[in-house]
Amino acid sequence: MQAKKVFAKAYLWLVLIVLYAPILFIVIFSFTEAKSLGNWTGFSTQLYQNLFNGSMQNSSGLLAAVKNTLVIAVIAALVATILGTIAAIGIYHLRGRKKQVMTFLNNIPMINPDVITGVSLFLLFVFIGLSQGYLTVILAHISFCTPYVVLNVMPKLRQLNPNIYEAALDLGATPAQALRKVLVPALRPGMISGFILSFTMSLDDFAVTFFTRGTIGLDTLSTYIYADARKGGLTPELKPLMSIIFLIILIVLLAINIRQSKQEANSSKK
Amino acid sequence: MNKRSSWALPYFIFLVLFVVLPLVMILLYALQDGSGHFTLANITKFFTDKDALSTFALSIEVAIENTLLCILIGYPAAYILADNKLNRSAVTVVLFILPMWINALMRTLATAELFNMAGIPLGKGTLLFGMCYDYLPFMIYPIYNQLAKMDKSYGEAAQDLGATPGQVFRKVTLPLSMPGVWSGVMMVFMPTVSTFAISEFLTNNKIKLFGTIIQENINNSMWNYGAALSLIMLIIIALTTVLQGSDQTEEANGGLI
Repeated sequence: MQAKKVFAKAYLWLVLIVLYAPILFIVIFSFTEAKSLGNWTGFSTQLYQNLFNGSMQNSSGLLAAVKNTLVIAVIAALVATILGTIAAIGIYHLRGRKKQVMTFLNNIPMINPDVITGVSLFLLFVFIGLSQGYLTVILAHISFCTPYVVLNVMPKLRQLNPNIYEAALDLGATPAQALRKVLVPALRPGMISGFILSFTMSLDDFAVTFFTRGTIGLDTLSTYIYADARKGGLTPELKPLMSIIFLIILIVLLAINIRQSKQEANSSKK
Repeated sequence: MNKRSSWALPYFIFLVLFVVLPLVMILLYALQDGSGHFTLANITKFFTDKDALSTFALSIEVAIENTLLCILIGYPAAYILADNKLNRSAVTVVLFILPMWINALMRTLATAELFNMAGIPLGKGTLLFGMCYDYLPFMIYPIYNQLAKMDKSYGEAAQDLGATPGQVFRKVTLPLSMPGVWSGVMMVFMPTVSTFAISEFLTNNKIKLFGTIIQENINNSMWNYGAALSLIMLIIIALTTVLQGSDQTEEANGGLI
């Protein structure tokens, strides 16, 4: 048994090391000044300084891309969370064929590869003559984020006592009040994980943004990196930027999971 | 009761407008020529286009190899993660899904640089390993999820009835974990076929996958042919989904965090 345990641990660590090698590579080489990855010219925090005081070549392009990425992700995740939560409540109360149809439609964006989602929306926007830019990218992001909100809210609805909404209405609450004071607090954990999931998927998206951003020069971090790499030679300041993003995501995810396991431990004690 | 079911309506309208209608557009453009007349020329063009056909075959081949590689490496990892005798820490699980949240392009570029530094020439081998880096978490997570919620008493019962550990795994654990494996396959196979950018970076533009051809056609204003290629991919997706039974996705994807 002991040997098996050692072997299992060793395997996990081996896979983790391989999985993280490229990320660690970026982090390590963010602390040197060399332009290309893999070129070590001594320890330096110059790239971090450049990033924060904006003294790098084409700094406006990179900073605009970061800003666009964040704005799009926040708006798309917010709208997806609201739309998805309301939709989840509706779908939960649907019966029979209608429920099947909604579940099926909700699955399509999750099964579709990004390229198909991107191309199909591109053709739609071309067809109806909607000029592509911020709005189309946000609409596209909402379309692939919302299904995940629905899936995260649904289990919380199943745990909810179906009568408490009616009870609130009987006690004189308006439907809006009942939603705000009864349903939303009960569904909040699912909404939060749906929001975070949507936010990170929007941040990470490349293909859908690529097809729906139009030709007005709208860049997100992904499309910026793509254009940069095709030109040959990445902007060196991307390395510290990615390292910082990595650290933030690591902290957020660990915090969420530690909080969740604490909550589970608490509820199992009761 | 009925009132609240109408809350699904706004989302229904949204789905029709931004999910169903765009897919109809693919069909529409695929079956039209440049001036809007109905034609099957775009579809037949694909079947006579040697480059497109060989790229398609290569994409399917790479996707199958990548999926198998991900199962081979990912299944044992998921198994160990889900076994609370071997792994007690939730943090390890988080570490395994964390790379999913890092920008895939950046990770891919870094992977390509790592190969360069190690002096490994970029080509099909590096493509396969790079793809595996990118998609492994998407295979591990659904399998882990399935194994973690599995009732352990089935395995114990089999053991009590005299099954060896190997038999328990083959006859109980593996069949019960198959829905997770299928979700993983869905999350790895089609995205690999359709990937673009990633394959270019990992092979220095030497190998193109199907997604790249679609992107090139769309970007060069060959919308109708690009749509036809997308349609072919859509049909394959539909077939794999039907084969697998579409109702499993809901379970396996729920609560990704």
